Amino acid sequence: MKLTELLALLPLLILAGGIVIVMLQIAFWRNLPLTVGLVALTLLAGTFSALPDGTSMPVTPLLMADDYALLFTMLFCLAALITALFSTDYLGQRGDEPEEYFLLLLLSTLGACVLAFANHLASLLLGMELLSIALYALIAYPDKAPLPLEAATKYLVLSAAASATALFGFALLYAATGSLSFSGMNTGLTQAASQAIVLQVAAVMVVAGLAFKLSLAPFHLWTPDVYQGAPSPVSGFLASVSKAAVFVVLMRWFVASDLFRFTALMQALAVLAGLSMIVGNLLALLQDNIKRMLAYSSIAHMGYLMIVLVAAAAPVNRAFAIEAASFYLVAYTATTLAAFALLAMLGAGHSGREQCQLQDISGLFWLHPGQALLLMVAMLSLAGIPLTAGFLAKFYVIGAASSGSHWFLLGTLVVGSAIGIYYYLRVVFYMSRRPEEYPAQPVMSQHWPARAAGWLLIATVLLLGILPQPLLRHLASILS
Amino acid sequence: MSLVLLLLILGLGGLLALLSERISANLPRIISLLVCALALLYLCYLAGTSTAGEDDWLLHLKTPWLPRLGISFELALDGLSLLMLALTLLLGLIAIAASWSEIDFRQGLFQANLLWTLTGVCGVFLALDLVLFFVFWEVMLVPMYLLIAIWGHEDKSRAAMKFFIFTQASGLLMLVAIVTLAWQHSAQAALSFSYSDLLGSELDPQTAYLLMLGFFLAFAVKLPAFPFHTWLPDAHTQAPTAGSVLLAGILLKTGAYGLIRFCLPLFPNASAQFAPIAMSLGAAGVIYGAILAFSQSDFKRLVAYSSVSHMGFVLLGLYAFNALAVQGAIMQMVAHGVSTAALFMIAGALQHRLHTRDMNRMGGLWAQAPRMGACAMFFAVASLGLPGLGNFIAEFLILAGLFAVQPWLTAIAALGLITAAVYALWMVQQTFQGSLRPELEIPDFGRREMITMAAMMLALLGLGLYPQPVLNLTQPVVDQLLSLDFTARSWL
Repeated sequence: MKLTELLALLPLLILAGGIVIVMLQIAFWRNLPLTVGLVALTLLAGTFSALPDGTSMPVTPLLMADDYALLFTMLFCLAALITALFSTDYLGQRGDEPEEYFLLLLLSTLGACVLAFANHLASLLLGMELLSIALYALIAYPDKAPLPLEAATKYLVLSAAASATALFGFALLYAATGSLSFSGMNTGLTQAASQAIVLQVAAVMVVAGLAFKLSLAPFHLWTPDVYQGAPSPVSGFLASVSKAAVFVVLMRWFVASDLFRFTALMQALAVLAGLSMIVGNLLALLQDNIKRMLAYSSIAHMGYLMIVLVAAAAPVNRAFAIEAASFYLVAYTATTLAAFALLAMLGAGHSGREQCQLQDISGLFWLHPGQALLLMVAMLSLAGIPLTAGFLAKFYVIGAASSGSHWFLLGTLVVGSAIGIYYYLRVVFYMSRRPEEYPAQPVMSQHWPARAAGWLLIATVLLLGILPQPLLRHLASILS
Repeated sequence: MSLVLLLLILGLGGLLALLSERISANLPRIISLLVCALALLYLCYLAGTSTAGEDDWLLHLKTPWLPRLGISFELALDGLSLLMLALTLLLGLIAIAASWSEIDFRQGLFQANLLWTLTGVCGVFLALDLVLFFVFWEVMLVPMYLLIAIWGHEDKSRAAMKFFIFTQASGLLMLVAIVTLAWQHSAQAALSFSYSDLLGSELDPQTAYLLMLGFFLAFAVKLPAFPFHTWLPDAHTQAPTAGSVLLAGILLKTGAYGLIRFCLPLFPNASAQFAPIAMSLGAAGVIYGAILAFSQSDFKRLVAYSSVSHMGFVLLGLYAFNALAVQGAIMQMVAHGVSTAALFMIAGALQHRLHTRDMNRMGGLWAQAPRMGACAMFFAVASLGLPGLGNFIAEFLILAGLFAVQPWLTAIAALGLITAAVYALWMVQQTFQGSLRPELEIPDFGRREMITMAAMMLALLGLGLYPQPVLNLTQPVVDQLLSLDFTARSWL
């Protein structure tokens, strides 16, 4: 392995090195501020090492170092950093030994970044498992409460089953095509047309496994329970980074192996997209718990995102569709983190019990205007109101679907978004209830890193909606 | 830059009003009034100094915003937008005056939302890039939603939600239409959402018809045209007085403006084909709104349904495609904006004094509040179309223009004038006339209220007695619109 290849993998190396250092530090000298500092330093270093440099080269058959991978590495590192900032305060109030939590967060981030680099089914599986296994422990971290444990068990059993299913699918793919690397599979698939049955079974298993990770309907049943049970910062990380990472590798696989040519597969994805939009939006209507509502809304958003993947089937639209998906992922990550960040700050001082019911945020506007603004911006962005990141993301999706003439999916998108307005606005309405009418007293964490991260997220979501031109130009340049 | 400055004055003024609350609870309304007056003065200055350039716009500004997606920041002012802006800012002043002593909770945020709504509406009247137009179209909903949801009356949550969902869902259809139109256009030229680039795109007739429907639906919901009006009575009734004034006075006009500015010129052939349906909807709205208005016992609901009836005339006028009727429709937008705003202000004043909007519990108020009664009478007869006031000119022009095209439909729509007389007079009779009820003790209009009422009366009298300046102002816009080919008309 040459030095340039090592340099191309610098973000992954930095994260891995940081993990080892943090692990040693915890083993020898338990000190929370030091751990948090080291983790933040590692993530910052990872972010800076992932600045785009225009290289594009395979490093071993497993990984592909290019600007696409670097872009999402940067996104995941930043998202993990924000999660870490919110976690310090969240865990601090719950009085466990929180050092290992941050170690697990780093491990999970490394898994996500490996997925961004993955160019081979083996690295895909490695990244996915690294991401998920660290997440099991993260979800169950607050060990005094029953809900996190239940959520972690649910996620462990179901996610492991999904991984096994996908793995079986990979094995069948290997049997049919004789290759596990994305580009090798491209040629292998052309020659393997005779083994149609094996390929079909493999496709079903892989789609089921990955759709579970993306929580597309009808593989979504775990989502609300796990989101509700997991600590809020972890739910945010799970909803944003772990989904975005799987989608990122999926896009690379589809492009490199040209899976778009299988019309049956694309139709199946279109059905999944439509189902997710309908199921997610309709069930979100019924929720009184904000975390469950966000879980269903994330199902719907994954449905919107799948439209873009379906639209990428036509070669003319592919570059635009992938650009659309990339922007959507960035916007969705920032917005989701913002929503869960507020939930993490909410309910300080209730000795571990989370306060995520709608009535818990009554009158938030008047008591904590800054935090209320954070939640309002997040909700408006999820609903796709202009001047927020969510609008431009939706604009991109509509553009991609319209250029591919997917009218049916577009219709579902319009209906789904219209339904979505109701449950997003309900949150805003509850926040604006007058304090004298509804004597709820939401307590807010006043911890400065959390507050600073909150303002940072507001600025990011608004900036992505108002002045995203530099990012758009960058996306267009790396994807063309 | 000057147009951006106008938006900035309003937007930053809102922020200032919000912050000034910390100094004194009464400061925000003063700041808000000053900001709105400043914006109006600035608009007058702009109108006085600018002359039509070679591209027919009084003022035109275009800078790239998101060049990657072909979206530009394009604002322009012509006679129609100037008229609408003047109406917006004037009614903005009136809305602030109407809410002067009504709001007792978070004045600063209230005034800020009011000014931000005005910013959004002004943006809608100025934007020429379709995406920018959509941005303003949606953004103005958020402060309006908050106005209803926070300061509204007993059933505010449902009303605010209904208002938002109706507009947003139809807006999404428009967004799909906008994007598809630009994509179709980009097959021949660079991707652009600019009005001037998209004008006259070659479209396959069926696509054009569907896209036109996308635009029409969004505007018809806002207008509101029958049968998309169901959000309106709730939103108007539950909103605080200033909110109702803004909703009825200017937010409804954005729908009509959108039809004139975008829907008709972008799809002339499809619009011509659709005209019979649009006109039928308009006529149905006129009659249906009038009948429902008559059967209301809630003062605000009555005025709200009368809006449905009057906005039906706008739809009729626009789709008649002749100069008289289109001029009439524009006139109706202005006159109806003023007269309905005044009626809502009276309704708000009554509710503030009596804590009810139920007309069965009123009666004989003239004796105690003669000034209020006289104002109500004036605006009621204005709204029923008394000659000499703006509404008469508007409805007369529409009917005169429409008669040349659709005599039967004109006859049906003219029935609306009779029913308008019935419900308007019924309203005055129920509230102000009849036997005196000694248990109702209300103070009359004060000086502040009389000044705002006088301003609106003068406006209506001006429009009714000497409408020529307004007609001259919008003449170029109408000429330009009618220079398009609307002949592909299928007859009923």
